[in-house]
Amino acid sequence: MSLEVLGISVLWIFLYGYLIVAAIDFGAGFFAYYARITKREHIMSKLISRYLSPVWEVTNVFFVFFFVGLVGFFPDTAYYLGTALLIPGSIAIILLSIRGSFYAFGNYGPSNNTFFLFLYGATGLLIPASLSTALTISEGGFLEVTDDGVVFLAKELFTSPYSWSVVTLAIVSVLYISASFLTYYAHRAEDIESRVILRKFSLFWSAPTILASLMVFVALREHNPEHFQNAIGIWWMFGLSLLFFMIATFLMYKKKMYGFSFISVMLQFFFAFFGYGASHLPYIIYPYVTITGSVVNETMGTALVIVFIAGLLLLIPSLILLMRLFLFDADYVKGKK
Amino acid sequence: MEFDSVMLSRILTASTLLFHVIFATIGVGVPIMIMIAEFLGIKKNDPHYLVLARRWARGYTITVAVGVVTGTAIGLQLSLLWPSFMQFAGQVIALPLFMETFAFFFEAIFLGIYLYTWDRFKNRWAHWLLTIPVVIGSTLSAFFITSVNSFMNTPQGFDIVNGEAVNIDPLAAMFNPATPAKVFHVVMSSYMTAAFILAAIAAFALVRKKGKDYHKKALRLTMITGLIFAAGTALAGDLSAKFLAEHQPEKLAAAEWHFETESNADLLVFGTINEEGEVSNALRIPGMLSFLSGNSFDTEVIGLNEFPEDERPPLGIHYAFDIMVMIGMYSLFISGLFIVLMLFKRFNEWNKPLLWGIVASGPLAMIAIECGWILAEIGRQPWILRGIMKVDEAATTSGDVGIALAMFLLLYGVLGTFCVTVLIKMFKNRPPEAELEKRYPNGKI
Repeated sequence: MSLEVLGISVLWIFLYGYLIVAAIDFGAGFFAYYARITKREHIMSKLISRYLSPVWEVTNVFFVFFFVGLVGFFPDTAYYLGTALLIPGSIAIILLSIRGSFYAFGNYGPSNNTFFLFLYGATGLLIPASLSTALTISEGGFLEVTDDGVVFLAKELFTSPYSWSVVTLAIVSVLYISASFLTYYAHRAEDIESRVILRKFSLFWSAPTILASLMVFVALREHNPEHFQNAIGIWWMFGLSLLFFMIATFLMYKKKMYGFSFISVMLQFFFAFFGYGASHLPYIIYPYVTITGSVVNETMGTALVIVFIAGLLLLIPSLILLMRLFLFDADYVKGKK
Repeated sequence: MEFDSVMLSRILTASTLLFHVIFATIGVGVPIMIMIAEFLGIKKNDPHYLVLARRWARGYTITVAVGVVTGTAIGLQLSLLWPSFMQFAGQVIALPLFMETFAFFFEAIFLGIYLYTWDRFKNRWAHWLLTIPVVIGSTLSAFFITSVNSFMNTPQGFDIVNGEAVNIDPLAAMFNPATPAKVFHVVMSSYMTAAFILAAIAAFALVRKKGKDYHKKALRLTMITGLIFAAGTALAGDLSAKFLAEHQPEKLAAAEWHFETESNADLLVFGTINEEGEVSNALRIPGMLSFLSGNSFDTEVIGLNEFPEDERPPLGIHYAFDIMVMIGMYSLFISGLFIVLMLFKRFNEWNKPLLWGIVASGPLAMIAIECGWILAEIGRQPWILRGIMKVDEAATTSGDVGIALAMFLLLYGVLGTFCVTVLIKMFKNRPPEAELEKRYPNGKI
């Protein structure tokens, strides 16, 4: 495997990891707030905070990892995306900052403040929307390169059907992924009341998720025909994604195997996300940055790969320990520890 | 001063860093204090120290949260505000940036585990062991990120051919001449600042007559470690001065208003300077600058006049230098005094003026940190990569930096206010005695 393919695969895996853990986190914030205002707090909030408290910081790292890695492996992206994304990027950082800190203020702080919970829930839905603009911009058509540098065409972005379909997909997927995971978690915690509500959420958000995915395809055909053609070329990836979607919703509907249902959701997004990424290549930012043209020099690339492997050897056991203590420890999940 | 996007980008980066460094310093320094307190608690079978570790850890989570989010902000702002710099430097310095996220990851995982497993292990040492990866992770983060900053001061490990970096040597870039002194200084001063901030809290409780045994133990612990770290910081500062004299003489010369190259150069303390570069009201210590630069009064110290005018750092950094050094001296003095009084039984180390002096030392240490960074960063102007790329070549061309600046200033205002309020609320009216009583009713662990 060449260095640039290895690099982009590593980054894509991390972005996928972020997609899953962050979606659970973002959706959980929204559901926690929803439970509070509908006076059903006693049901879901404890469950949610038991899951989130030990892991929220780790979620954040996945994201940092992705963008530091992107700039490291493909320094040219820093130049194009950096200039273009000043405002959308700043908004995303501000939302992430509000969310992260108010989570801590609310959860470790002295008071159980509804306002803090509102900030936490609301930002959770806005962050996916603002982060998804980076993916939209990478499709081309929103940047103009002039003699003075890169110009971001904000108006084009705001009036683009493609951009709105991506935003819609980002938001509904968050709620769908999160509800599916939390149903499983509630099931493990033997928290029947929460499970009943969360299962409904999961089923409710499954239809918009799949509709939004189709919408993105349709909009992409108009926006970037080249990319669309590539995606058709690997249609089976999207077919598998659809298959796992059906398995997931079927199991959820039948109230069977919640764990496998969530794994199917993960696989659904895995195939869709990797299919999207693979068909996007060789461009990172269409049509200015390609993966071969922008890859970091070979010495640095090799050093990054070595460090990456060494880092994984350190991280994987640590992550397993974290999960064993808080995710797969039945007593902890049930709130007995 | 013209408020173009270069200036606005500088102001925004400075605001983010000045805000972040408060939490980053606490983030690097406090884990080691928690580690020591929990160690003593288990070793001495003394619940006071365990409650101390618990309460420090609880406050620490709040500051970590703000540290994480502002750290994410600066990480992204590097690319958003300085795209050309990142495009160039990404080729050379991606390694430590990447490793920093690993260290951060490692710390995040174990901090989460540490905070939620206080009573989960039968053997208390098993829980204490979790502090080790947290301390390693936070200190390594400081190491990697400081090596990036060091690279900006003394870039090496590549050649430039037609404006592109070639012949890259990632390790040479990471271990550049500035790295050892800078890392040592950053880590020591963070440990020191954390010790003095925690000391200030204990001293404040004692001065208000709310403090009991718990606070006395806390103060003794923090003052002893504080003195050790302050001595370490002083040593690191001395090494930094010697490093500057050798590798970045224009920074030292600007900080010391030293214009003519000479041996037996005087050290300037305080004073003011006018437009013509004439210094007044300063205290001159003869030969001391030479001594500081090379351990001998004969050392020749390069003056600012050797550098073209458009490559000289602003002279205002002298004030930051003075403040930083003075506070460093003060920290050594106050912790030394406390320990002397503590060792000799006929004195009273709990007297009010001394306690007030310790209360002041916490915020002062943080001011010294800020001054140190102002000196280090403004002292590098006009370069972003010393000798290679100037700041105005690196800044974004976007016209929206002003809006971003306004949004971030508002954000930092809100975060700062809430952080302080939440921290005060967390501990006010919840005395440690009540917690001791609740957790360890028979006074044993």
